[in-house]
Amino acid sequence: MIEVEHLTKKYGEARGINDVTFSVEKGEILGFLGPNGAGKTTTMRILTCFMPATSGTARVAGYDVFEDSLNVRRRIGYLPETVPLYTDMQVPTYLKFVAGLKDVPYREINSRVGELMERVGLTHMAHKFIGELSKGYRQRVGLAQSLINDPEVLVLDEPTIGLDPKQIIEIRSLIKGLAGERTIILSSHILPEVSAICKRIIIIDEGRVKAIDTPENLTTQLRVSDKVRARIGGPKEDVVKALWAMEGVKNVETGAGAEDSLPYVVEFSDGTIDRSSQVARAIVEKRWDLYELMPVKMSLEDIFIKIVTEEGN
Amino acid sequence: MKNFIFILVKEIRSYFNSPVAFVVATIFAVLTGYQFYVIFAKFSQLSFEVQTNPTIASQFGALNVTEMVIRPFFNVVAVVMLIMLPMLTMRAFAEEWKAGTMELLLTFPVRDEEAIMGKFAGCMGIFTMMLLLSLPSVALVGYFGDPEWEVVVTGYMGLFLMGGAFVSLGIFMSSITENQVIAAALSFAALLLLYMVGYTAGLVGETTGKVLEYLSIMFHFEKFAKGVLDTSDIIYYLIFMALFLFLSMRSLESKRWRG
Ligand SMILES: Nc1ncnc2c1ncn2[C@@H]1O[C@H](COP(=O)(O)OP(=O)(O)OP(=O)(O)O)[C@@H](O)[C@H]1O
Ligand SMILES: [Mg+2]
Repeated sequence: MIEVEHLTKKYGEARGINDVTFSVEKGEILGFLGPNGAGKTTTMRILTCFMPATSGTARVAGYDVFEDSLNVRRRIGYLPETVPLYTDMQVPTYLKFVAGLKDVPYREINSRVGELMERVGLTHMAHKFIGELSKGYRQRVGLAQSLINDPEVLVLDEPTIGLDPKQIIEIRSLIKGLAGERTIILSSHILPEVSAICKRIIIIDEGRVKAIDTPENLTTQLRVSDKVRARIGGPKEDVVKALWAMEGVKNVETGAGAEDSLPYVVEFSDGTIDRSSQVARAIVEKRWDLYELMPVKMSLEDIFIKIVTEEGN
Repeated sequence: MKNFIFILVKEIRSYFNSPVAFVVATIFAVLTGYQFYVIFAKFSQLSFEVQTNPTIASQFGALNVTEMVIRPFFNVVAVVMLIMLPMLTMRAFAEEWKAGTMELLLTFPVRDEEAIMGKFAGCMGIFTMMLLLSLPSVALVGYFGDPEWEVVVTGYMGLFLMGGAFVSLGIFMSSITENQVIAAALSFAALLLLYMVGYTAGLVGETTGKVLEYLSIMFHFEKFAKGVLDTSDIIYYLIFMALFLFLSMRSLESKRWRG
């Protein structure tokens, strides 16, 4: 449904995004994850035809965003990060205006607007001007506007930012409920959020794609962490020496605990394979007691931080 | 066409939802109304003197209400337009750039030209309403005197065309900046310059003078105010509008590229 190839955007000298490539299948929810300034908004603005890329191509529903921008725009619903709305318009007036521009047949506009206001919980705000609404309700108007012509593709830039926890949950379940036929791209800084909603995650940092995978794969792949925790019964100095002697060890830490079963954390320089067996073998060879052995689990947050900081240093 | 109408309606609505249309139209009506009063009062005084004093009558001959009231009044309206229209057009795009609503508008399936023409037509709508506010003054002249109605008609046509030129320039200035004050200041400066080049025409050589005169935005209005319809004047205003609307399109395009 969405194919992005070698997309690059430069703002003058400044870097926006650099050689971004990914694709999204029909009906998929894709999460865009990255720290501030990573290039999430930039990518979305190119996809929604707000601005052209410096180089590379992007296709939505088979149409090129630059060559065939009107056809792309007809099929996309977009919720920009800042939720820019006309504050001097009343909610239904605004939604009718958008419906008109987005080719909703004239006769269906009224019913469509009413239906959507109900769906996003705006019905009791119908008489208000958008400028009078709270952030959460503006977000709902923004969401309603993006859904007005029932688009095939939805692009949501940080849809839950600035909302209270209750509204976050509401909006999240709303977005989840939209999935199915629709293809959705949404961005966020918050990993649990994307992993709760999305089938696949792209981690982007400093304008480059760092990883693309399902939340489960990202976790298992990376949970084979570079650290192994072990509780070992044996003379402390010898144990530390033996651990250091293993291949690829970067660091050994000794924790506090009972003298005869001290916990150790061994950190390897390469975290792509499970090192537990290696540690077990080293201990058993010395005929020490092994009480506990496990790879240190990384939370999704750790993974995120690891991926974004890895290439920096 | 459909998008054009939706944008046009939205523009007109937002002029009325904010005090802009009201304030600009009121100032316009007060300034032109006051000037009309001055011109008309002078004229009545003069015609009274002519009736009672034969020496003055021989000096002036028959008083012409068209020449002495209608034409000066149109010139006043033109100057007030030059001052007030930049304040009407300044918000057209600048406000949307600033508020970020351009981002959504440009991602709707709307062509740039539809957005520009919608906004242009919206401003023209408000401007036309302003112009209608000057009709009572002219009606008053018609009630007391006997003006040449074809001059009134061509005069209004000229005002409308010149207003279109002012508005198109103002829309362009509003499209290049997100600061409404800058948009208004630039439009006002540009219009004033185009107004003044006509006066400098006499000071320079003949050919340059002709060129400057042709460029002058007021020079082309003069014949309208005399009841003469000259295609070259009409074409001047139409080209002026086309040029600035085209420039607005290019400006949107370049703003997109810069992101
Ligand atoms: N209009 C612009 N002019 C110049 N540079 C820009 C512009 N917009 C974005 N950038 C730069 O491009 C880079 C990517 O910005 P972008 O807004 O895409 O990040 P983001 O991932 O959306 O960040 P955030 O999480 O803060 O929203 C940043 O370094 C930013 O400074
Ligand atoms: Mg962003």
